[in-house]
Amino acid sequence: MNQTDLWTVGVIIGLAAVTVITRAFFFISSREWSLPHWAQRGLQYAPIAALSAVIVPEMVMTQGQLVSTWQDARLFAVAAGAAWFFWRRGQGQAVLGTIVVGMAVYLPLHLGLGW
Amino acid sequence: MTRLRPLLRHAEYRQGLRDAMSVAPGLAAWGLMTGVAMVKSGMSLVESLAMTLLVYAGSSQLAAIPLIAAGAPVLVILATAFCVNLRFVVFSAHMRAYVMHLPRRLRLFVGYLTADLSYVMFVRRYHQPPQNPPEQQAQLAYLLGSATANWTSWQAASLLGIALANAIPTHWGLSFAGILALLGVACSLASSQLRVVSAGVAGAAAVAAFALPFKLNIVVAIAAAVALALILEQTPLAKRETR
Repeated sequence: MNQTDLWTVGVIIGLAAVTVITRAFFFISSREWSLPHWAQRGLQYAPIAALSAVIVPEMVMTQGQLVSTWQDARLFAVAAGAAWFFWRRGQGQAVLGTIVVGMAVYLPLHLGLGW
Repeated sequence: MTRLRPLLRHAEYRQGLRDAMSVAPGLAAWGLMTGVAMVKSGMSLVESLAMTLLVYAGSSQLAAIPLIAAGAPVLVILATAFCVNLRFVVFSAHMRAYVMHLPRRLRLFVGYLTADLSYVMFVRRYHQPPQNPPEQQAQLAYLLGSATANWTSWQAASLLGIALANAIPTHWGLSFAGILALLGVACSLASSQLRVVSAGVAGAAAVAAFALPFKLNIVVAIAAAVALALILEQTPLAKRETR
């Protein structure tokens, strides 16, 4: 195991502070203040937009480039996982099913066929 | 002073736990691979443990790990983490109305716990900020419930990853389960046509702007999707959609 150094521990404490500051950013101050109405309306689209922005590049890009082949395990796993979700939606644990079905498609294609 | 015990006995606390358990396997696979990545980058056991237990932010950890290994200047590392976390700043604007009734110390604690999935599940369940003390209590209980489950599954898996770092090859691609968990949650948010449109716009924009540094493509994508949804709301096509 490697040596622990104080510089790295200091950086880690700084990173923890960054987590708190960014996640609490707009409610650190107690001053009276409210978002304009249009921003409040707009924010209802932020959660799904943020999730999509995080996952889509992870599904269709490799090394910063769009995948150029359909032989990519991720594409089939995403299709299977999403299909499962919309088939079973509203029945509870649909998200869990998305993970399980998606990985059941992903792992054989990825490890077995090298896609 | 907010008391903890009634919150832990609240029905919404259990509901929060239940909702978060459905994504736990994906979060765990992701945490596992983050633990592996820390050790494989050359961090010591103490450093890896400190990072997972204190920082509790997978994407900023993954962004900081190579910079720490390369001995980059502290300010560059912290600025990178801040940019990767900018989406949380957007979330905090949304959460403000829900948490301002709490004392500041508790707000900071709630903020620390509000990672992507805890935030998304919370606003999926509560469309409006609390109007009275019982609602405040219920919402806080739910948030603590889902955060407890998310924190525990993430941390347990990260610790396992640190312990087994040299036995788990990264090429297995187990961290893809984390993406599938987020996919499932995104599907559960797709409750209106405009939301589906904003998901499509954000995904395309994040790919198109991928070359931006510090994962700023995510912030650009959120801004583009929200702006377009607000414009489309004003058109006759979208008028029939309520919320």
